[in-house]
Amino acid sequence: MLREGDVRIPSGCAISGIINRSGQVFSGEDILQSIALMHDRSNGLGGGFAAYGIYPEYEDYYAFHLYYEGAEGREQTESYLNYFFHVAESGEIPTKKTRSIKNPPLAWRYFVRPKPSYLLEEENEDEFVVRSVMYINAECKGAFVVSSGKNMGAFKGVGYPEDIGEYFCLDKYHGYSWTAHGRFPTNTPGWWGGAHPFTLLDWSIVHNGEISSYGANRRFLEMYGYKLSMQTDTEAITYAFDYLVRKQQLPMDVAIATLAAPFWRDIERMNSEKRALLKAVRAMYGNLLMNGPFSIILGSSQGLIALNDRLKLRSMVAATKGEFLYLASEESAIREVCPQPEKVWAPRGGEPVIATLEKRGVQGYDTEYEYAGLSY
Amino acid sequence: MTLSMNTPDFLIERNRERCINCQVCVRQCANEAHGWDAEEEKIFSQDALCVNCHRCVTMCPTHSLSIRKFPLEFRENANWTASTMKAIYKQAETGGILLTGMGTDRPYPVYWDQLLLNASQVTNPSIDPLREPMELKTFLGRKPEQLRVINGKLAEALPPQLELDLPIMFSAMSFGSISLNVAKSLAQAAETLGTFYNTGEGGLHEDLYKYGKNTIVQVASGRFGVHSEYLNAGAAIEIKIGQGAKPGIGGHLPGEKVGVEVSRTRMIPEQSDAISPAPHHDIYSIEDLTQLIFSLKEATNYEKPVIVKIAAVHNVSAIASGIARAGADIIAIDGFRGGTGAAPLRTRDSVGIPIELALAAVDSRLREEGIRNQVSLVVGGSIRNSTDIIKAIALGADAVYVASSALLALGCHMCQKCYTGKCNWGIATQRPELVKRLNPEIGAERATNLLKAWEHEVKEILGGMGINAIESLCGNRLMLRGIGLSDRELNILGVLAAGE
Ligand code: SF4
Ligand code: SF4
Repeated sequence: MLREGDVRIPSGCAISGIINRSGQVFSGEDILQSIALMHDRSNGLGGGFAAYGIYPEYEDYYAFHLYYEGAEGREQTESYLNYFFHVAESGEIPTKKTRSIKNPPLAWRYFVRPKPSYLLEEENEDEFVVRSVMYINAECKGAFVVSSGKNMGAFKGVGYPEDIGEYFCLDKYHGYSWTAHGRFPTNTPGWWGGAHPFTLLDWSIVHNGEISSYGANRRFLEMYGYKLSMQTDTEAITYAFDYLVRKQQLPMDVAIATLAAPFWRDIERMNSEKRALLKAVRAMYGNLLMNGPFSIILGSSQGLIALNDRLKLRSMVAATKGEFLYLASEESAIREVCPQPEKVWAPRGGEPVIATLEKRGVQGYDTEYEYAGLSY
Repeated sequence: MTLSMNTPDFLIERNRERCINCQVCVRQCANEAHGWDAEEEKIFSQDALCVNCHRCVTMCPTHSLSIRKFPLEFRENANWTASTMKAIYKQAETGGILLTGMGTDRPYPVYWDQLLLNASQVTNPSIDPLREPMELKTFLGRKPEQLRVINGKLAEALPPQLELDLPIMFSAMSFGSISLNVAKSLAQAAETLGTFYNTGEGGLHEDLYKYGKNTIVQVASGRFGVHSEYLNAGAAIEIKIGQGAKPGIGGHLPGEKVGVEVSRTRMIPEQSDAISPAPHHDIYSIEDLTQLIFSLKEATNYEKPVIVKIAAVHNVSAIASGIARAGADIIAIDGFRGGTGAAPLRTRDSVGIPIELALAAVDSRLREEGIRNQVSLVVGGSIRNSTDIIKAIALGADAVYVASSALLALGCHMCQKCYTGKCNWGIATQRPELVKRLNPEIGAERATNLLKAWEHEVKEILGGMGINAIESLCGNRLMLRGIGLSDRELNILGVLAAGE
């Protein structure tokens, strides 16, 4: 059977996210409980988490999470990392024997910074890291970079999300923001790297849906050097944000308006400045419009952003209580961990929910996203 | 004069029981295939003059006429077919080049028919176009490398764009090759539909200036009718390098079609043959093209996108990439099945390549070079229905050009005799008595109907794919599967085989 990346596998899913906007850290237990409630939305073939704020002692270092299927890939990867990076600390990611987890790969993490002499002219550290991630994934046998951001990490694998969480002892970590994903792929080669969230630098995406525009999105991104090795929507969405916000330097809300573009009939009703902007956005980046059902939670060192496709073909509920914002595919998954939220609502199609950290910026590195104030 | 060895192509059959001798057919046939014998008081027909355009058949009030292939058969021979042999008799008689009209009628593969479309099932929902918006708006023109947004505002406007309400335009047909009423019909239809028609290389008749904002004005090697008012009259300018039906040669307008109006519009003497030079004599290389593009932009104050139209030939992807780099805003590619008002038969039937392969190759090439998003791609050359359009866009086109289909909507019956100037349907003719057979209001309505019908079908199929904006289809080759194609062909088209 071909493995994910060699073949495109559609899937349905459950997603969930929790953030404390003042940056207070809390343990992974809540997110575990929330995603576990939506057990029936997954089928045991993929689950995962992204956690922010979990490595404060190394907050200036890129935290590389790696999976290895054999010793050879590890040797290759480590010699690459030792050559091009200053490695502050490395070691196996702690795990716990869990009954339902079968054949896990070797999981390692490294806290690294690129050696400045290896940066190309006009290349910043982020770009170098992206290049290295693409290199390791493509060239090092059986090695896969699970995450590569600062003060964050992704934990994922084949199994139900609550089992994956238990396996990686997530209750022992403390972060200010968490996302989770439970997957229902229509078939699966059972590869750990193929589980979600998908990450790049400090971006992470959990996503529910299947976008019909994938072929168009993919070919557009490939033009700008992205290698879509997983053939998943999540990967395409991650790269689309990376392209729009990091490479094209567009404000975050303009990037959102590209992926879930307003309808022409609504654009026609806007004031002339906004109309001109959105017309240009659609004319220019139309190929990045994500068409078809999706709900996503985009995590970064800046906070969380949740977004639905413009027709709202996938469910998504949001709630707040104090400094906490909760997001989930089902309201019950929120009430499970926050029985009495102050406010609960179902965001409209194409209308993002944005939770920005009050103390952002410390973690961000060249990635302080701006907003154009499109008044969502 | 020696004996002609040519036998008729068609047989005119008249049901004498039904015929009431009204002589409609006599008046309708500009080829004079029907005549009235005053002595015998009876209609007679000359098969040899009939081109099978169905005009008399359609107009006959008692349906007494039918036209058939002339039953005369040569001894069977797979190599020396009837048309091959007849061509030799004709050339032996005249010593001339064989002329023809419309697109090739040879049985070359039509790749559109070997591509199948996708639809959503279970994992993602299809979208109902009656209940949800289905967006076909398309922008054609150069896109910058980056959009700059400052303080929530667009810092620099996009370069000039053509805004289309649906991704279908009427492609170039010159006044001269077609009648003024055809041009009026298409101009009016383009205005109603929110799209564009194209003047072709024949200049712009004064009655058509009012459709300027829906007009693309063409500049071809003959420069007929090109002056600064003309260049500024349209919404975009198209430099015609080549045409799918006759790559490598210029336009042909036989003198018979050059009457007063055509002569004034083209700025050439009446009754003179208007033969465009094969190349533009100021473009012998790619850098010369850059100069022409920018002279035209200078002449129009950089307010209009410039299209460069080429025929699909073997090396089309490299040429297209050069054109994009030369500064064209839009590249139009015309496939070898595309129509024409007049072309040498041998060129039409043997030169160039199918648009499907050319489009796939060009789109892939421009993407490899990372410049596909900077230029727009328009394709034509026998777009016959709404699924051809969807397939073209999925292969990578931004929009399509249609001409033959538009003429069919106005009544053309594909008799391929456009070069004779005796089009019985009032389309490819300048004879006043024939021109008036096409009422431009009715013509506009029929052309509008056709595109509206296609628009509905496109929306229906897009919805089935789970897509509600055309830009999500553009270049989305995952929506296509090939059937009955070789690995090599699938590779060039960049699509998987059905079942994969
Ligand atoms: S050329 Fe046309 S109008 Fe004349 S006889 Fe033939 S079918 Fe009838
Ligand atoms: S335009 Fe007229 S002459 Fe030309 S093919 Fe059509 S019907 Fe025949």
